[in-house]
Amino acid sequence: MSNSLTKKKIDSATIISAVIVLCLYVAVFIAEQFIPATSMLFTVLKKGATYALVAVSMNLCNGFTGIFSLGQAGFMLIGAYVYGIFTIPLAARMDVYQYYNGGLVQFVLPWFIAMILGGLAAAFFAFLIGLPVLRLKSDYLAIATLGFAEIIRALFQWDKLGPVTNGSNMLRLFPTFNDFNVRGAEGQVTVYLSTLVPLLIAGVCIGVIILLINSTFGRALKAIRDDEIAAEAMGIRLASHKRLAFCISSFFAGVGGAMLAMYQTTVQAKSFTTAMTYEILLIVVIGGIGSVTGSCISSFLFVAASEWWLRFLDQKQMIGNFEVPLLRNGFRLVVFSIIIMIVVLFFRQGIMGTKELPDLIRNWQRKGKGKEATSK
Amino acid sequence: MSENVLHIDHLTMRFGGVVAVNDLSMDINKGEIVALIGPNGAGKTTAFNMITGVYTPTEGKVMLNGQDVTGKRPDEITKLGVARTFQNIRLFSSMTVFDNVLTARHLRRTSNFLTATFRLNAVEERKMRADTEALLREVDLFDLKDEMAISLPYGKQRLLEIARALSTQPKLLLLDEPAAGMNPQETEELGAFIKQIKDKFNLTVFLIEHHMNLVMGISDRIYVIDFGKQIAQGTPAEVQNNPAVIAAYLGVDEEEGVQ
Repeated sequence: MSNSLTKKKIDSATIISAVIVLCLYVAVFIAEQFIPATSMLFTVLKKGATYALVAVSMNLCNGFTGIFSLGQAGFMLIGAYVYGIFTIPLAARMDVYQYYNGGLVQFVLPWFIAMILGGLAAAFFAFLIGLPVLRLKSDYLAIATLGFAEIIRALFQWDKLGPVTNGSNMLRLFPTFNDFNVRGAEGQVTVYLSTLVPLLIAGVCIGVIILLINSTFGRALKAIRDDEIAAEAMGIRLASHKRLAFCISSFFAGVGGAMLAMYQTTVQAKSFTTAMTYEILLIVVIGGIGSVTGSCISSFLFVAASEWWLRFLDQKQMIGNFEVPLLRNGFRLVVFSIIIMIVVLFFRQGIMGTKELPDLIRNWQRKGKGKEATSK
Repeated sequence: MSENVLHIDHLTMRFGGVVAVNDLSMDINKGEIVALIGPNGAGKTTAFNMITGVYTPTEGKVMLNGQDVTGKRPDEITKLGVARTFQNIRLFSSMTVFDNVLTARHLRRTSNFLTATFRLNAVEERKMRADTEALLREVDLFDLKDEMAISLPYGKQRLLEIARALSTQPKLLLLDEPAAGMNPQETEELGAFIKQIKDKFNLTVFLIEHHMNLVMGISDRIYVIDFGKQIAQGTPAEVQNNPAVIAAYLGVDEEEGVQ
């Protein structure tokens, strides 16, 4: 008994959660081998994995530390560009940087090093902007970070930086998710991994974030969110902890940006708009501010709904001879917005509130035990 | 004369034109229980906020164990061994009782965020948890460890706040109206509890309080302030019979019927 708390116990609910996640990975791996690679399912999983990572990273800042930052698209842009710049094969550089004489960078890094570098670059920018911005509170901080993202977007399109960023032209021909597929001698795909690997990358990153949240630093961050004054009185240095959360969040947003580059196969600064940040904010809110599980689930739901399930609303649909009214290009977005409004109005806490998967399993276990007791 | 723990030297705090604390000096020695009393708005909490670094005094100095801590941040002062509770309870509301107390041990860590994330600080973490468990047993909150902090009854929340403050391993404990909202019996228990933790954790206690029974019962010395100025100090008996104190509390004016 006295030993029960000294070591944080790994209970059955945690193990069951891990098994569920593992099963999902196995299922994806199997599905990928048998279902045609062009299926929308894989598009959703790839983009969903990317968004899940960025959403969880945003949640670390906004949900767990209470720093209301809206710079996510800016940090993703940095990650995506660093990844693209350092991974375009030398042979393709003349093609990509056609207006800049092949560009300035004339070496190539392995994809995962470029990806980590993208994260580090985003974290470095976060450190710099954090110096002035983290002194601000709530809305002011949101506005400042939003402005930062816009500045970054403009900066990367600046013609003078063209030899590095390719100006307003897109970066392309770098390794994408499809390059994770294992190919045989004739170039035919033998093992499909183009969906599994992004899911694994996102999974590992989210795992690290979960470890951080459950460490003594995670508790300190939650303390800051709950009550800054009390946290400071308990000896938690606000500035350094907020900066830590902001930089780590941005690091993973940068990695997410690199993943987005791989998913899109091209990178162009003008696509990293404020709307992208709002999409991710929406995912965080729908999933539950302060729930990693919620952010993951809602990422996949959000991407699936916007890319796949609601697509039919954009086309004419005939039921027999009857043409369903209203359905036309753009109607999808109307329905989508209404769904979001309903969710925000009636599920204020989001899908998960602040609960995580193991919490749900624990609840079920408790209910199960309760039933057993009453039936006896 | 025993060892000086806290020495405040001619502290003045001005907010614009308002002088909240005016030329306040006091000394607190090791092992004492000292109370700071005064009517509402006298500047008691402002004095606390200057000692704990929330406010930087306009004038004057705060010395902790002979070290000048004026202008240091609250977290730095807490690290030097000053813990406090708040007049209006400020618990970490989304956390359990256990995590509230555990979080207050964060400042004594030796790990950095990388070692903590990748669980290279397991030994330290286990020690933190064991200490927290022992502390919760000490203050009789162990049975409630998994409850959410805000779901506790009011009296227990006050107790938890004290436990959380103790978890930072202070030498000097500042209590801001610990008995606020408590009934007479709870107040009496609180008095005994403060004495008990003082001895157990080798503390010096400095408290603000309005419950005179509590103040008179446990304090070694009392400072009385009104309108930011010290009007009296001494043992409970001395202070009780001080005409300036009586005037400040009961008021003196030309109207009749006021004694």
